[in-house]
Amino acid sequence: MNRRKLLRLLSQGLALGSFAKLSSATGQAPSPRSFSEKSFESMKTLGAPLREYGERSEFEKEVVRYISPNLRTRHSGADFTPLEKLEGVITPSSLHFERHHGGVPSVDPAEYRLVIHGLVERPLMFTLQDLKRFPSVTRTYFIECAGNGQNGYRNPPDPTLTATRSRGLMSNSSWTGVPLAILLKEAGVKAGARWLIPEGQDAAAYTRSLPLEKALEDVLVAYAQNGEALRPEQGYPVRLVVPGWEGSIQVKWLRRIEVADAPVMSKDETSEYTDVMADGTIRAFTWVMDPESIITYPSGQQAISRGFHEIRGLAWSGHGRIRRVEVSLDGGNSWKQASLEGPLEPLAAVRFKYNWVWDGKPTTIMSRATDEAGNTQPTPEEFFARWGRNNRYHYNAIQAWHVGADGKVLNGDKALPGALAPSRLGAAGRGGCGGEA
Amino acid sequence: MGLAVALSALVLAQGRYQIGQPLSEEEVRRWNVRPSVLATGAGLPPGEGTVDQGAQVYAAQCAACHGGSGEGGAFNRLVAEPFPVTKETNPRDFAIGNYWPYPTTLFDYIRRAMPFATPGILSDDEVYAVVAYLLYQNGIIDGSQPMNAATLPEVEMPARALLQLDPTTQKKFPWITLP
Ligand code: HEC
Repeated sequence: MNRRKLLRLLSQGLALGSFAKLSSATGQAPSPRSFSEKSFESMKTLGAPLREYGERSEFEKEVVRYISPNLRTRHSGADFTPLEKLEGVITPSSLHFERHHGGVPSVDPAEYRLVIHGLVERPLMFTLQDLKRFPSVTRTYFIECAGNGQNGYRNPPDPTLTATRSRGLMSNSSWTGVPLAILLKEAGVKAGARWLIPEGQDAAAYTRSLPLEKALEDVLVAYAQNGEALRPEQGYPVRLVVPGWEGSIQVKWLRRIEVADAPVMSKDETSEYTDVMADGTIRAFTWVMDPESIITYPSGQQAISRGFHEIRGLAWSGHGRIRRVEVSLDGGNSWKQASLEGPLEPLAAVRFKYNWVWDGKPTTIMSRATDEAGNTQPTPEEFFARWGRNNRYHYNAIQAWHVGADGKVLNGDKALPGALAPSRLGAAGRGGCGGEA
Repeated sequence: MGLAVALSALVLAQGRYQIGQPLSEEEVRRWNVRPSVLATGAGLPPGEGTVDQGAQVYAAQCAACHGGSGEGGAFNRLVAEPFPVTKETNPRDFAIGNYWPYPTTLFDYIRRAMPFATPGILSDDEVYAVVAYLLYQNGIIDGSQPMNAATLPEVEMPARALLQLDPTTQKKFPWITLP
C-alpha cells in the first residue's frame, strides 16, 4: 500500500487500529466504474464546524512547491510552483515560488517603516498604515525569476523533467498596493535623479537598481497578494512589484528606497542576474522577461489514455499581452492556434487550451507563445545561437513533451551537440538558484 | 461637504497627500544601517585594511564556507583566475577574478550580507581588509597598498571588459550607461 492511500484511509477514519484491517480496507477500494457506500458516510454525521481560517482539503496536501534535493542550503535558493497541479491563472499564495538570499525574515508590521531618501526634497518615512491610506491599485501580474527555465541549460536534458521543474519559477497573483510614483511625488524627486536603489529588510539587505522612469510608469509598493496580506515569503509586509521585469528586481521586505543619480551595481546585478551571450559578452540589466509558455497538461511524468484531452497551459510575457499561443502535436512540424481564456491582461499569465484526441501513437507536443510586441519563443537551437550555453538566466525556449505509446509523458527536448567544461568544483551540488541546472 | 472638498483640494495641492513623516538627515543616517556603495565609490566609509589583515578576517569569518583560501567549499568559489570567463567556463566557476565587473561591489556586498549567517558583524576596516585579501587572492592587486575609499574604486576588474548593457534596456532607456 502506498503512503498516500494509507494517509487517506487514516484520515477517513477507516483504519481503526490494526494494519490487517487497513489492508482489507484497500482490498475493497471501489473501481472507478462503480461506487461504494463509504460515499454516504458524510451524509450521516455532522461535518467540521466553522473555523476562522480556512485550509485546503486534507486530500490535497501533496500539492506542494518543489524544493530541489541539490540545494546546498534552504536559506538561499529557490523553490518552484507546482504548475501542472494547478488550474486557472492565479497562483495560490501558499504555492507562489520562493527566491531569497538570506532566509525569510519575520517583520513586525507595527515596527515596519519604509524610508525614501537621497535626491528628494523631503526624506519621508511611512508606516504600513500610512501606505494603506494612499489611493490603492489592484492588478494581476506574473512574477518570474530570471532563472526560470534553468533546466533548459542542462545538456543532455533530464528525461524526468516536469512542468514544475521546467517553468515553475513563475507565479501569477493579484497585487494591491500604492503606486511608487505617488510616494515619490510625496517626497519630491530632485532634478538629476535617475535611479532608485531599493533595499530589503532581510539578512542579505538585498539591493538592486531600478530606473526612476520605470517606477513612475507602473511599479507598485504592494502590501496585499490575492486579497490578503503578502505572505512572508513574498515580502510581508511590503514589497516592490515591477511588472514584466525579472523577479529579482522586485525587492521584498522593502525598507528603504534611495533616490540616486547612478546605479549601485550590487552583487545581484553583476555577479548574479547578468547574462553570458553566445559571443562571450556579458549583459547587464536584462530586466524584461521574454515570452514564455508551458503545456501543463499533459506534461512530464503524467500519463494519458487514448481519446479526448484538453491540452492546457500557461503563457506570459514581460513585453505586454500574449497575442497568440500555438501548439504542435507533431514535434514542431506544424502548428495550430490554441484558444486563450480571457481576460487578456498585460504582463499577466494567460491560460491557453486546445482540444485534442490522442490516437495512441507516440508523438511530441509543444507550445509557443507570441506577445503583442511580436516576440516569439525560440527553439532551443535558436535560443543558444544568441545566448551562451554557460548562461544561467532568461531561458525561454519552447518546451517539448514526448507522449510514449504507453501514454507516459517525458521531457521531449533533444540533446544538443557539445558540452561545457566540467566545473573545477567537481560534481558536488548543482548551480542555478533552484539547484536544478 | 463644501468643507471636505476644500480640505481635499488643500491637502492635494501640488498633488500631495501629506502622508508620511519627514525625517532629518540624521534620522535617515540612523535608519540606513547598511549604506549602499556605488561603482563610483560614493558611499565608501573612512577606514582601510591590508591583505594581511584580511587574511585573518577571512580565516576567522569566511573560510568555513568558502574554503581555506577562497577556492570554494560548502558555498561559492570566491577565487578565480584573473582573466574573464569564456564561453566554455562552467557557470559554477564564475567568481570574483573572472566574473565580477566592479571592485566596489565587494565592499557593498560583504558589508551588507556576509558572513552569511551573521551579517553586520564586521567593522568597516575589517570589510576593507577582507576585500583586499580577496582581490589579492584573485591576482587583481599586488597588495602593496591598503584598500580604502580612494584605492578601491581605482581597481580594474578584468571582467568589466565583457560587460555590456542589454539592448532591450538600452532601447527603452537610451540614457543609461554602465559605470
Ligand atoms: C555560513 C556560510 C558562509 C560564511 C561564513 C560566509 N559566507 Fe559568503 N556566501 C555564503 C553563501 C550561502 C553565499 C551565496 C549567497 C546568495 O545566494 O546570494 C555566499 C556568497 C558570497 C559571495 C558572493 C559570491 C559570488 O561570486 O557571487 C562573496 C563575495 C562572499 N560570500 C564573501 C564572504 C566573505 C568575505 C565572508 C567572510 C567575511 C563570507 N562570505 C562568509 C555563505 C557564507
